[in-house]
Amino acid sequence: MTGVIGIDLGTTNCAVAQTDMDSASSVRTIPIPQLTSPGTIEDRGLLPSFLYLPQTGEFPDGTLAMPWDPGNAVITGEFARAHGVKAPIRLVASAKSWLSYSGADRSSQILPWGAPPDVEKVSPVEASARYLKHIGGALERANCDYSEVILTVPASFDAAARELTIEAAEVAGLKNVTLVEEPQAALYAWLEKTGDRFRKQVELGDVILVVDVGGGTTDLSLIRVTEENGDLQLTRIAVGDHILLGGDNMDLALAHNLARDRKLDSSQFASLTYACRHAKELLFADPKLKKAPISVVSRGSTLVGGTLKFELTREELTRILVDGFMPRVTITELPQAVRRTGLTQVALPYAQDPAITRHLAGFLTRQARLAEGRSFVRPTAILFNGGVFRADVLKARVIEVVNGWLTSDGGSPLKELEGADLELAVARGAAYYGWVRYGHGIRIRGGTARAYYVGVEAAMPAVPGFEPPVRAVCVAPFGMEEGTQADVPPQEFALVVGEPTVFRFFASSVRRDDRVDDVVEDAVRSDELEEVAPIETSLQGEPGQLVPVNLQAAVTEVGTLELRCLQKGGAGRWKLELNVRKDQRTDAA
Amino acid sequence: MAWRVLLHGDYASDLLEGRKELEDKRARAAMPTERVHASALMLLAALQREGRFIDFVRQDVAGFPDEDIGAAARVVHAGCRRIIDQFFRFQPASDGSEGAPMTVPAGFDAQRIRLTGNVTGNPPFRGTLKHHGWIITEVKMPEISDALDPRVAAPAEVELS
Repeated sequence: MTGVIGIDLGTTNCAVAQTDMDSASSVRTIPIPQLTSPGTIEDRGLLPSFLYLPQTGEFPDGTLAMPWDPGNAVITGEFARAHGVKAPIRLVASAKSWLSYSGADRSSQILPWGAPPDVEKVSPVEASARYLKHIGGALERANCDYSEVILTVPASFDAAARELTIEAAEVAGLKNVTLVEEPQAALYAWLEKTGDRFRKQVELGDVILVVDVGGGTTDLSLIRVTEENGDLQLTRIAVGDHILLGGDNMDLALAHNLARDRKLDSSQFASLTYACRHAKELLFADPKLKKAPISVVSRGSTLVGGTLKFELTREELTRILVDGFMPRVTITELPQAVRRTGLTQVALPYAQDPAITRHLAGFLTRQARLAEGRSFVRPTAILFNGGVFRADVLKARVIEVVNGWLTSDGGSPLKELEGADLELAVARGAAYYGWVRYGHGIRIRGGTARAYYVGVEAAMPAVPGFEPPVRAVCVAPFGMEEGTQADVPPQEFALVVGEPTVFRFFASSVRRDDRVDDVVEDAVRSDELEEVAPIETSLQGEPGQLVPVNLQAAVTEVGTLELRCLQKGGAGRWKLELNVRKDQRTDAA
Repeated sequence: MAWRVLLHGDYASDLLEGRKELEDKRARAAMPTERVHASALMLLAALQREGRFIDFVRQDVAGFPDEDIGAAARVVHAGCRRIIDQFFRFQPASDGSEGAPMTVPAGFDAQRIRLTGNVTGNPPFRGTLKHHGWIITEVKMPEISDALDPRVAAPAEVELS
């Protein structure tokens, strides 16, 4: 039997691993050849998730060719990132964050965001497909024999973002793709590394907090150790919201602090950011060092004499990174949202509060329904993932803060699960999950991490300037497993044949007890519900005819949500599509 | 001669191989020098790209204070090190520690050990290890496209406003 491929499609870096079907210990990462300069291809462990869209003639003919695509005319990976710093208007970055941002029209050509009209733009789906296609080429190059692909998504991705990720995989030509959540993949990598010894490290009733801080996002999950027929089981019980905050913010914060009032051009600032990352790693690796010197050279060929000198001190590192991003806070301190006034530009909804510990407090208290009468869910173990946690100081600070919450609530301190490689774990875990799906090892259960609702406008007399409240009817309860379908709610809708029908669609990551047909009044103003992309369908048949239907939700084997209309008292079945196009068109320029 | 070729296959293939080598040599001679030495030029370009190596060694640094040279050297060191670590793996040619006494046995590998000082008599020699040497154990050079002009170590950069 052939192998399974695991792909970590990250916000700032992608990685790929393979496993054979005959052995769990066969997981290995696969190098990704990429341009590091025109006409120069090198193998790297990670593919930076950057896409540069060159102008015709910007690079010599043939120097962008890839072994699997001689006519290639765009740049993905290392050289895209490096050159994009010097020509940012043609650089696509953070495509994955755009994929999950409902404020923009995600399937139309909007990236690079704000680029001038003569730049030929791509959609977030196309950009993601480019990275996947590149990885497909790398697999072809390495002669990988595989029949399935496991693709990772943040646990915080809603139904629409998952659907778009699958669409990107289809555009890239990948076959038999299944999704897995990144924090789960990180735990799978830990299971792969720990093997049978995992039973000695966790016990029944443990609640594992997975803290995954990538380059651009922070993703949180809770996984409980349960038991079935005397065997330990793992069940993912909650996921956090999508937080656009990660390691890149840390390097930027250091660079901004050092640059202060000195004049740097964009490329010098990028060098400073890069140098800050190295200085940071140097200081974290050697606790005796008091400071690390940093040099940034001028753009011209005169090197000596034109160098800008900086110094990163340990005091600044601790103040900006450790205290800035992981402050000691109480469990009741929630992320601070800065209220925006007046018009705001359409842009990625970056987290406004850089304190990861406050986001963590928010997550644990928001999931209070799981807390059995306490004010927050008490984790008993913690697993870190993401390159940020190469710094032991940052791990130690998170543990210190969470332990503070636990002990003041009468709980016991956390145990740390020693993870695998922090940067490649998600790809490795995804490949391992491919093996688990064939009935080996231990599988993390949990199903969907959200309940989904269809919006129904309350019937009331129209009042000018007043939008009638929207009632949300639950169509898919929390925790639906792959390959299952929900009950059919009795709520009936009349659809007009030949006309598009649009439903508003909502999700909740905290309402875990709602059943099909349960109603949330005033969905728009509820802080437990978030609006997802609208869903729509167009019934074929004799126009104008009214067809009574019920809505039913199902979770596909792939891991996406599917909604269908079932004709009442008839055989008609129609699929509803998530519409990721925004109603109000926003101009990309 | 013709008989030997017919009777001894090995001799025939030796001859053919010799001819092939000769042809290769001729082909290389016909190539412009930059094509023959493309990988060396690529290494220079990579050192310049990441570590501003050419800028550094081409600049006359005599008049600058150590502090300025040191600040620039930091960038050169970090960048060149990245490239060198990416392309090559190293290990010392000798396991001994520098400054410690060492015996050089009879039949030593003259590729890996160089004798200095009072070089007389027959091995085994008694001496002191001055430098442990370097062996490159792995070479991982990038693939270079023929479409690239190897003479360009760094293109001129023109910023459009």
